[in-house]
Amino acid sequence: MSKHHIEVTINGRRHTADVEARISLSDLLRDNAGYTGVHVGCEHGVCGACTVIVDGLAVRSCLMLAVQANGAQITTVEGLAAEDGTLHPVQQALLEEHGLQCGFCTPGVVMTLAALTGNNAKPSEQQLLGALSGNVCRCTGYQGIRRAAKRLACAETGEHA
Amino acid sequence: MKPAPFDYVAPATIDEACAALADAGGGATVIAGGQTLMPLLNLRMSQPFIVVDINNIAELKGVSRTPGAIRVGAMLRQYEVLTHETLQRDLPVLVQAVQHIGHHQTRNRGTVGGSIALGEPAAELPATAVALNATIEARSVSGTRQISAADFYLGPYMNSLQPDELVTGISFPDWPRNHIPLFRELAQRPGDFALVGIVGALVIDAGKISRAGLAWFGMGPTPIKASTAERMLVGQTLESIDPQTIAEEAIADTAPFDDQHASAEYRRTVGKRIFASALRDALKAGETA
Ligand code: FES
Ligand code: FES
Repeated sequence: MSKHHIEVTINGRRHTADVEARISLSDLLRDNAGYTGVHVGCEHGVCGACTVIVDGLAVRSCLMLAVQANGAQITTVEGLAAEDGTLHPVQQALLEEHGLQCGFCTPGVVMTLAALTGNNAKPSEQQLLGALSGNVCRCTGYQGIRRAAKRLACAETGEHA
Repeated sequence: MKPAPFDYVAPATIDEACAALADAGGGATVIAGGQTLMPLLNLRMSQPFIVVDINNIAELKGVSRTPGAIRVGAMLRQYEVLTHETLQRDLPVLVQAVQHIGHHQTRNRGTVGGSIALGEPAAELPATAVALNATIEARSVSGTRQISAADFYLGPYMNSLQPDELVTGISFPDWPRNHIPLFRELAQRPGDFALVGIVGALVIDAGKISRAGLAWFGMGPTPIKASTAERMLVGQTLESIDPQTIAEEAIADTAPFDDQHASAEYRRTVGKRIFASALRDALKAGETA
C-alpha cells in the first residue's frame, strides 16, 4: 500500500510524515510524532481518552485517519501549559478539584473542556457536562471532574454558584 | 486493533468520487465523518480494498432551498446542524434529533449523510428521514437517482444503494412554519443508541391535525413509519385525541426484538409510553401555538 505525505501543525510545530492510509491520527500523534499524552483506551470511539483538538474542534483521534488531518492544526494535552510550566485553566481546575486519579482519561477530559472554553467561548455548565458525557473515567466517580467543569463554566460567565 | 491495509483516495469532486467507486467494482468503502466506519476498520469488521474519502468535496457541504424542500448536503456535519439558522427555523425536529446523536466529540466529525446512508435501525437521523418523507439523492457514473426514505432502508445497515452509488444529499419536504416537532427517545446513557424512539412532526390547522409524519427507531430492523398513528391523527380535532389510545394502536406497526439491552416486550411497553407522552406534549404545544 502506498504511503501518503502529510504535513500537520502539532502544538504550533510543523510536522511532516509519510504514512500508510490505515494509520489513525492517534497513532500518528503517539508513535510518529511522540505526543504520548494522547491516550488510547479503546481505539473504537467509546472512551474519549484520545480526544484532541483539530482545527478548533474536539475530536476523537482514534476515529480519524492521519491522512485526513493533512494541513490541520492539532493541539494535544502537551500543547496547553505555558513554556514555564504554568497550567492551562482547565488543568488548574482539574488539579484543584481532584478531577483525576490514575490520569488515563485525563488528557481527553482536558482537551474536551479546553476546546469548549477556548476562544473566549462562554459555555454553560450544562454544555460542558453534556460534552463530558463522551469521556469515560474509571477512577474518580466523576464528581471532581464535574466540579472542575462547574468552576470553568462559572469562571467564564462570571457568575459564581 | 489496527485496520487492515487499504488504498485511499480523497477526490475533490463528486464526479471523481463516483469514478473511484465505479473503478473499485464494489471493493470500496466511502468515508464521510468516519464515526462508525473507523471503529469497524479498527476492529477489522470492515476490510475494504480502497477507502474513498469524501471530506474534501465542497459540493457535498451546505444547506440549500429547492422548490418545496430543504436540501441538506451529505457532508453537513452534525455539529453544524445544531447552530444552522435555516434548519433551526424550518426543520427544528432535525436539530432536536441531532442533539441526541453520539457525543460532542463525535458530532464534530459525524455527518448527516453518513448517518442516513448507514441506516443503523436505532439511530435518530434515518428515522427522521422516514418520518418526514425525505428523499435521498444518490449519484453514480450513470446518473442521479432520488430514493424515497421509505424505500431506502432494507434491513439493519442495509440500504438500496448500489455499490457504486454515493449519497450526495437529503431533501426534506417543506413543513409549514408553525408545524410542531415531536421527539422522544430512551437510551441507557446519553450518547448511546436509543432503546426506543419516536420522531416526527404535526401540523395543526384550525384546531385539527392536518398533517402528520412520524417514525419509530430502535423498534425493528429498519426505521419504521408510524403509519397507523398518522392515519388516526390526521383530520382529528385536538380535543378528540386520546394519546394513550393512539399509542396502544400505533405500537402494532413496530417489530422490536430482544437483545442484550432490552426485551421486545420492554420496548413495546416503553414505546407506548414515550409515544403517548410525546404526543401529549405536541398537542399541548399546538394548543398554545
Ligand atoms: S481511544 Fe479513542 S475513543 Fe477510546
Ligand atoms: S482518572 Fe483514572 S480513568 Fe479517569
